[in-house]
Amino acid sequence: MVQTVVAPVVTALLYLLIFSHVLEAHVEVYPGVSYSSFLVPGLVMMSMLQNAFSNSSSSLIQSKMTGNIVFVLLPPLSYLEFFLAYLGAAVVRGLVVGLGVWGVTLWFAPWQLPHPGWLLAYALLSCSIMGALGIVAGIWAEKYDQLAAFQNFLILPLTFLSGVFYSIHSLPVFWQTISHANPVFYLIDGFRYAFVGQSDTDPRLGLLVASACFVAISGLTLMLLRSGYKLRH
Amino acid sequence: MHAIRVSDLRKRFLTTQALDGVSLEIQQGEFFGLLGPNGAGKTTLISILAGLTRADSGRAAIMGHDVVSDYRQSRRALGVVPQELVYDPFFNVRETLRIQSGYFGLRHNNAWIDEIMHHLALTPHADKNTQSLSGGMKRRLLVAQALVHKPPVIMLDEPTAGVDVDLRRSLWEFISRLNREGHTILLTTHYLEEAEALCGRIGMLKAGRIVALDATRNLLRLTNEHCAQLRLDTEAVPAAWQSRLMRDPDGSWRINFSEYSDLEALLADLRRANVQVTEMRLQEPDLEDVFTDIMKRT
Ligand SMILES: Nc1ncnc2c1ncn2[C@@H]1O[C@H](COP(=O)(O)OP(=O)(O)OP(=O)(O)O)[C@@H](O)[C@H]1O
Ligand SMILES: [Mg+2]
Repeated sequence: MVQTVVAPVVTALLYLLIFSHVLEAHVEVYPGVSYSSFLVPGLVMMSMLQNAFSNSSSSLIQSKMTGNIVFVLLPPLSYLEFFLAYLGAAVVRGLVVGLGVWGVTLWFAPWQLPHPGWLLAYALLSCSIMGALGIVAGIWAEKYDQLAAFQNFLILPLTFLSGVFYSIHSLPVFWQTISHANPVFYLIDGFRYAFVGQSDTDPRLGLLVASACFVAISGLTLMLLRSGYKLRH
Repeated sequence: MHAIRVSDLRKRFLTTQALDGVSLEIQQGEFFGLLGPNGAGKTTLISILAGLTRADSGRAAIMGHDVVSDYRQSRRALGVVPQELVYDPFFNVRETLRIQSGYFGLRHNNAWIDEIMHHLALTPHADKNTQSLSGGMKRRLLVAQALVHKPPVIMLDEPTAGVDVDLRRSLWEFISRLNREGHTILLTTHYLEEAEALCGRIGMLKAGRIVALDATRNLLRLTNEHCAQLRLDTEAVPAAWQSRLMRDPDGSWRINFSEYSDLEALLADLRRANVQVTEMRLQEPDLEDVFTDIMKRT
């Protein structure tokens, strides 16, 4: 509980304190939206993404390293059930952390939520994408450093280069184009739309991109699980 | 229907041929021993039956259910005690067993869980975290976990490694009882006297092949290596026997023979040389002799 929920909430809180303190007075990304209000959805989403990912990836690699993965490989569970169980756990962890982060930020940024439907759709899809990606990473990695590499070279850059702390319209054109190729950008942008009612792109486009991502990654995960890759030798 | 049926199973790991065409049929209700030196392929065979490892070719079925195409039924019918001492450090003993029941879709399993814990002497440790259990207790928890769904077929991969004498005895009593109640047992062990006492039939693996497969009592007849231990009242034995008589550290002499006439001849020669036999003990061949013999020959 402390490690899985409180720690990420504290981390997000630190980001909020530092960035909003430094930038609040100088930056207005969207007209009429304070920097704190802009930052909060990004932070909530970033925490959800990272925690959903680390939930499935670390529980898988831990079970593989200690060998107690046999307890879920021996029972009559199908690869689909296996997938749904790990995915469900990741989504729950992501949502709980997201709620926690959002909860504490209410002290610093005013409550607003014009589009709760978008919030729910984006939160569920984002946690699912990262949960599934975490399963892939957990299956593939044989050691903790391999998992860390996956996290440092893929997940972290994708989340940081996605407009958590800034609007990509403030970037040079080249980096804007790059950002548009980053699926996480759409997750954060659409999620932010639910909170502030403004975004860089149409939230419907983001939903399409996110859904496509989820389908693709789930397909890959199910394929790996079905083949028994690195789980059933 | 066979409890376990394996035909022409092959499995290769990079450079090692772990299983090289294994065929085996085990009837329901048997207590079967799978023996073999380290690396013979015992665990690989069990893993394939459990669906933890995939065979390169050949078929395997539990209670008539193919372990690949009908894995749900085959796994439901099978309880496995893995060789490695694994446990989930987040839970206590009772929680572990409840969760394991849940994986098999059993919600109200408390009565049976209590019974297994009782028979495996785990009841006093029910609320202890698995991490704080001693090695032998962890082993017993693994046995308990394999039994939560009352499987008709139970496979135990070296279940007594690191278990003390008392617990080993009570474990065997419990397993024997399950066997009498109709469960089929497949056991691997390096304690051959254990296998000899418990198993009705034994298969021996060597380098991925079955090199012996028969009822335990038939296997015991395979070797006629008897051994006699003699204490003599002299240090000098007749010259003709010097090469066959071995000196034990305690001063007694030992001879291996296959025909009783050999022993008779020795005793006659000793009498002629005026050597007195002050003590004599005969050892019947046991499974260890048979095992050693078969492993040497094949
Ligand atoms: N995952 C694996 N990767 C590579 N080689 C393996 C793997 N599992 C088993 N082997 C090899 O296959 C052979 C058979 O191993 P197995 O574990 O089945 O033997 P065993 O009869 O159970 O031995 P032991 O008595 O030591 O438990 C060995 O040579 C082993 O090194
Ligand atoms: Mg083994």
